[in-house]
Amino acid sequence: MTGRAALGASGASRSGGRRSARLGRLAAGLVVPLIALAAWQAAAGAGVFTPSQLPAPSAVLAAVAELVRRGELWQHVAISGQRVLLGFAAGASVGLVSGAAVGLYAPVRALLAPSIAALRAVPSLAWVPLLVLWLGIAEGPKIVLVAIGAFFPVYTTVSAALAHVDPHLVEAGRAYGLRGLGLLTRIQLPYAAPAVFAGLRLGLAQGWLFLVAAELIASSMGLGFLLIDSQNTGRTDILLLSILLLALLGKTADALLGLLSRFLAGAT
Amino acid sequence: MAATAAGVGLRGIGHTFGNGHTVLRDIELDILPGELVAILGPSGCGKSTLLKLVAGLETPTAGEVLVDGRAVRGIDDRCAVVFQEPRLLPWRDLAGNVALGLPKGVGRGSGRQIVGHWLDVVGLEGFHRHRPRQVSGGMAQRAALARALVREPGVLLLDEPFAALDALTRLRMQDLLAEVQRGAGTTVLLVTHDVDEALHLADRVVLLDTQPPVAGATVATVLDVPWLRPRDRAYPELAVLRADLLERLGVPRPTPAEETTP
Repeated sequence: MTGRAALGASGASRSGGRRSARLGRLAAGLVVPLIALAAWQAAAGAGVFTPSQLPAPSAVLAAVAELVRRGELWQHVAISGQRVLLGFAAGASVGLVSGAAVGLYAPVRALLAPSIAALRAVPSLAWVPLLVLWLGIAEGPKIVLVAIGAFFPVYTTVSAALAHVDPHLVEAGRAYGLRGLGLLTRIQLPYAAPAVFAGLRLGLAQGWLFLVAAELIASSMGLGFLLIDSQNTGRTDILLLSILLLALLGKTADALLGLLSRFLAGAT
Repeated sequence: MAATAAGVGLRGIGHTFGNGHTVLRDIELDILPGELVAILGPSGCGKSTLLKLVAGLETPTAGEVLVDGRAVRGIDDRCAVVFQEPRLLPWRDLAGNVALGLPKGVGRGSGRQIVGHWLDVVGLEGFHRHRPRQVSGGMAQRAALARALVREPGVLLLDEPFAALDALTRLRMQDLLAEVQRGAGTTVLLVTHDVDEALHLADRVVLLDTQPPVAGATVATVLDVPWLRPRDRAYPELAVLRADLLERLGVPRPTPAEETTP
């Protein structure tokens, strides 16, 4: 609360400049996508590729309209979003708790760190047959796979960040009567917060990665299914649309997490 | 100040680190409530360790620390520590950092008032909302002093608090400490390697030193500095004590041949 109040007091005159700087950054970020779009349109128009290899942007827009009309677009997006959200929540929570335990307590680190490091070395797709065998082909295995994907980056960054909190600050906290949970929430977690949020964003990105892996293999809905289905039916326009949707959704989720981190940074 | 000054008793204190290195042995010392005692000694002689033992940050391997007649077990909330570095939390403003020192059970409103009061006392009015990295080292150390003072400690423990500051800031901070101590009346245990600082501030100077071949430092000398504060740094009597202390610390007087003054 104090930080943002201070910003408001001292930065009132600068806020206008800051807003235009942010707009400038936003515009700079749009340059490459717009160039890519123009190149795409030019390539499709010049007939370098056949329409089944590279449909024009307009064809992809038409595919959007078609899927919306059939009521399928929202369904695919919603189910994929739900899987990522649930899987990420589960994987990130377990990653936070186990990362904190391993980072803060040497005995726990000695006990768990080597095994978790070994599990991390297993490629994601190696889990799929086992998950299908144990959990069937419904929602269960997909969410668990996303959770596995989200877990490792969160666990790794949190455990490393909490193990390296400035011992001087920890001692000062102890000298002022903090210990256990108080020390964790007032000194250790705030100190590690930037790294923790970087880990959460990496975990979220890896969650989307693992989602597509899960949906490619056994599903009847979702963006991964849309990818494999459009490949099988030769609908390159829908294939491109799925890729664009994954990029858009991943970026949006990441931006939301970034906003949340900035909000929390202001609140401490 | 609500809390009353507490006396400190060191009874046969000895400390050996986990690696077998003995830093302190057989330390006997009584500090009266409201007294300002400076602990002086060569670097590495265990001055800071002694302070951590009083604060309860570490437990002595021999003997007992008494604060106000009661043994120290674990972190003691009758003590407040100022370290050599400010050790402020970079994500909190100065007021937020000082609030960390508030004793448990202080309400939000009165806490803010106490924090504001002590920040003003240490000369940081107008800087309550600044982050630690926006202020100078001297100001950060003032905030660290305020963080200790809001605790209204029975004993204020200062671990070379001005050592990292530039010479002029150090002198100002010494005067500030003398003033605050006079106002609050709290007991102060000041660890320093600066003979002038000890003589300017302390009622008594305790010299720690080792006596080889016995391992571990112990009390070598206790020196009374019987003049009232605030003291003039140019007191001739202080100069005599200063030369004496420096000699005990291994910095002898120049021999007459080297003296150029008539």
